[in-house]
Amino acid sequence: MAKANGNGQPAVIVEDLHKSFGELEVLRGVSLTAHEGDVVSIIGASGSGKSTLLRCINFLESPTRGRITVTGEEVAVKTGHDGNLHPSDRRQLERIRTRLGMVFQSFNLWPHMTVLGNVIEVPVHVLKVPKAEAIERAEKLLQKVGLHEKKDQYPAFLSGGQQQRAAIARALAMEPKVMLFDEPTSALDPELVGEVLKVIRDLADEGRTMILVTHEMAFAREVSSHVMFLYKGLVEEEGPPAQVFGSPKSERFRQFVKNIK
Amino acid sequence: MPTKAGSLELLSQWGGNLLVGALSTIQISLWAYAFGLCLGLLGAVGKLNGGRVARGILDGYTTIVRSVPELVLIVILYYAGTDTLNRVLAHFGFDAVRISGFMAAVFVLAFVQGAYSTEVLRGAIQAIPIGQIEAARAFGMAPVLRFRRIILPAMLPYAIPGLANLWLNVTKDSALVAVVGYSELALATRQAAGGTKAYFLFYVVAAGIYLTISIVSLFFFGRLERRFRRGQHKAR
Ligand SMILES: Nc1ncnc2c1ncn2[C@@H]1O[C@H](COP(=O)(O)OP(=O)(O)O)[C@@H](O)[C@H]1O
Ligand SMILES: [Mg+2]
Repeated sequence: MAKANGNGQPAVIVEDLHKSFGELEVLRGVSLTAHEGDVVSIIGASGSGKSTLLRCINFLESPTRGRITVTGEEVAVKTGHDGNLHPSDRRQLERIRTRLGMVFQSFNLWPHMTVLGNVIEVPVHVLKVPKAEAIERAEKLLQKVGLHEKKDQYPAFLSGGQQQRAAIARALAMEPKVMLFDEPTSALDPELVGEVLKVIRDLADEGRTMILVTHEMAFAREVSSHVMFLYKGLVEEEGPPAQVFGSPKSERFRQFVKNIK
Repeated sequence: MPTKAGSLELLSQWGGNLLVGALSTIQISLWAYAFGLCLGLLGAVGKLNGGRVARGILDGYTTIVRSVPELVLIVILYYAGTDTLNRVLAHFGFDAVRISGFMAAVFVLAFVQGAYSTEVLRGAIQAIPIGQIEAARAFGMAPVLRFRRIILPAMLPYAIPGLANLWLNVTKDSALVAVVGYSELALATRQAAGGTKAYFLFYVVAAGIYLTISIVSLFFFGRLERRFRRGQHKAR
């Protein structure tokens, strides 16, 4: 079931986001609002700027122009020597980042820590949750993503699907306001995609606010409250999934969907 | 060539000196290694994150140290180092000091070690897949925490083989500080051999001691490496 558009408070607001890498203009003025409870899916061809958009939200990339507001707090910026906007208050950014649970295409688990170690790392060392409490919560999360029996394993000994579920648990352990997913299933063997999508679907059903970059069209259509199609750094088509997939205005979007199937 | 009984007698006379020398070799090596590692850590971080000036200075440092023979460096550093120190002291109206041979040895060896450590650690940090560091950034880890909890442990598997080599090097390089008059295993050996003319005997014993130090160290580093590689697949 597609979700109704959330009417909660805005959790993430992106306004007029521009990003250039040298001469290459990757984002050319993108705006996006995710209200509490929204699932916003970002789709688009490879190289259209989806990852860059997601990475600008938590300032893994420095935007060239624009504003990012997370749960009502705008990220304070100053213009750097490179002409990009850099965070002017590191602690503020770090605080805001803990409200954004990021899940990467390539998992990026910390290989020198067990699965449990990965999940409690940020709660214990950044959020200063007492260790016993963090472990208790982590075990619940690992149960939820179906990885409890792997908690003492090192990531390298898990399958891709298991690693990604561990990475989702790690992000959830921060109790973030918003989850950011960057093509969470693109690095997985086809038979492992389902187990990860199931976890994400459960999160959507719980009413988690999520921004999701994906190539899984059927999945996006099913779980999203809002779908956004990026084309060369601009929003080419957006709206509720029924409308966007049902009666797309953009010919490019039609082509894109046809080619992906 | 002394007889077998003669050898034993010589060893019982001079063996103590050799062992004291060996201990002092281990001692200066440990200190030089530890200071060298600290220098190396600063150097690596400076090379990777520093401004243009810092990087320039560090490049100069590592290039010079790695290009000039260590024996030459040690002599230069020892004389230049003590001379500079005494000039500075004189400038502020203090009396000249005689630097202890131990301090001088540690200082020059650490300076040399620091350059090599810088390169080993820089390479190891760069070998960490960037995504792991990005994940730490994305989750709000402050730079120091990130370094301590993620970068340091994640780089160790890549650094330990190089660091083990550096340790073996410093135990051998410490023999070079004999030129500035500091007594350690090599100098004790030379004195024992010179005093008794039993060159072969004492140099073989000294070689055996160096070999023992190396074998014990390698065993230790091997365990260390296994420990820090436990998160990695065996075949790689
Ligand atoms: N760090 C970077 N430096 C230079 N170019 C980059 C960098 N990151 C991304 N790009 C370029 O920006 C464009 C958009 O990339 P990306 O946002 O990753 O696209 P998508 O996620 O939609 O596939 C691509 O052309 C890519 O090569
Ligand atoms: Mg991408």
